[in-house]
Amino acid sequence: MNNIIDISGLSKEYSGKKVVDGLNLSVEQGELFGFLGPNGAGKTTTIRILTTLTKPTSGTVLINGIDAAKDPGKVKEVFGVVQQHLSLNRDLTIGENLELHARLHHIKAAARKKRIADLLDYVELSDHKDYLIDDVSGGMKRRAMIARALLHRPKLLFLDEPTVGLDAQTRRRVWDLIRRMKREGATVFLTTHYIEEAEALCQRVGVLHHGKLIAIGSPLELRQTLGLVAVELQGNGNGTTYRYFPDRAEASKFIQDLPSSERVIMRASNLEDVFIELTGQKVTGD
Amino acid sequence: MIDAYSILWSDLAALKRRWPRYLLTTLMSPVLYLVAFGWGLGRGINMNGTSYLEFVIPGIIALTSMTTSFNGAGTRLNVDRLYFKSFDECLMAPVGLSSLLLGKALIGVVRGVLSSVAFLLVAMLIAPHIHISLPFVIGLLLSCLTFAFLGVLAALLARSHEDMATFGSLILMPMTFLGGTFFSLSQVPFGLKMALYALPLTHASLFLRAAALEQPLPWTSFLVLMGFFFAFLGGGMMALKRMSV
Repeated sequence: MNNIIDISGLSKEYSGKKVVDGLNLSVEQGELFGFLGPNGAGKTTTIRILTTLTKPTSGTVLINGIDAAKDPGKVKEVFGVVQQHLSLNRDLTIGENLELHARLHHIKAAARKKRIADLLDYVELSDHKDYLIDDVSGGMKRRAMIARALLHRPKLLFLDEPTVGLDAQTRRRVWDLIRRMKREGATVFLTTHYIEEAEALCQRVGVLHHGKLIAIGSPLELRQTLGLVAVELQGNGNGTTYRYFPDRAEASKFIQDLPSSERVIMRASNLEDVFIELTGQKVTGD
Repeated sequence: MIDAYSILWSDLAALKRRWPRYLLTTLMSPVLYLVAFGWGLGRGINMNGTSYLEFVIPGIIALTSMTTSFNGAGTRLNVDRLYFKSFDECLMAPVGLSSLLLGKALIGVVRGVLSSVAFLLVAMLIAPHIHISLPFVIGLLLSCLTFAFLGVLAALLARSHEDMATFGSLILMPMTFLGGTFFSLSQVPFGLKMALYALPLTHASLFLRAAALEQPLPWTSFLVLMGFFFAFLGGGMMALKRMSV
């Protein structure tokens, strides 16, 4: 398989503090890859470097085989980006925002109108084309940003916390869109601090902590390193402790041997457990 | 050039939506200056054979071109960059930096020309002797371009909205009153005169005034203004390169 992203030895320092620390990573074409980590882990900085917005302190980034530092113009044709923050021009309508993006990506006038109409249909915003950005909901803004990012048919799509601040229903709608993009052949690189998002969407997850990639694999592989079944022991005044087992049989056997006064919960392990075991912290930063 | 026009297109789309309000607000300051200085303070003053009203109108046009071009490009870009964050989208598009810079400056030029022409129309009702010639139009365009690029440069260097306000207070405000707009530089002491010649608005005022009053054109001022234009253009390119790969 061809790699669409090749990162080697990537570091970024601000005032001597390493925000991204010696990152080595490859993402295959057509993959849905997720960067999981709490706020401040270095996810957004990495995406800003990959999208040529920020210069790295050291290391190289190849996007579709092109060196991002040497030929940023060509790299910019390969990717589309949905940034974490709202980056639509609020003086323009949804349609005008898409039109501007199409013009900047040199989409011919003849194709522009149809492509914008198709994409607005794709993200179910056709009826809101002429609405100013401030007149639509947060979910619609996010979908407009996704439509904009897809307009020039990029091979690679960066989604930086694509569902942050959205309600559960809209979040699932955005997930459906991301799955559809993947089905249609795009490579998706997303960052998230939502465990369920990484588990629900990603084929592989890289766990980022203090700028370092501390684990990488499919959600199942990462859980297997710990054990697929978690047992929570809610002790008297000692807080909750966790034990992990490869299957339910072993977990049940462990529970049977516990004193009857112990309060116990048995459940499937998740990526939050993996993160806590690796770092001693929750992904949400609590 | 096509990319620069694409960027201008988006700013024009936004301007089209609110142009009556824009024209009304942009005319307020120059008309107030005209009333206060031209009619009020300057009534009866004669400037070497020219009425003060006719003397001050080209200065106010130069001043209008400065403020509207600077704010039209600079404030707009500052908002796009720091508030809307939509400037990142331009930086991530396959567009050359020179096109990006020009595109962001052009809306300042458009706004500057619109406001200056609107004021000129009002002023010509009061002082019909103002002469609109080709050098006047070229001088006005150069003034708008120069201050639009100064606005872009300031917006690219600013780290906050406050920085833009500080720039306005420390650079634009002194230029407004000292840049040869309201008085002749021949009346000020030599040392101050030399300092005032270091301001781009002084040269815009001198050139536009000479063109409007059919006096010999001060081409040195035109060249100095052009020098400022290239300096702001170069500074803008450096600032843009610094913020992108």
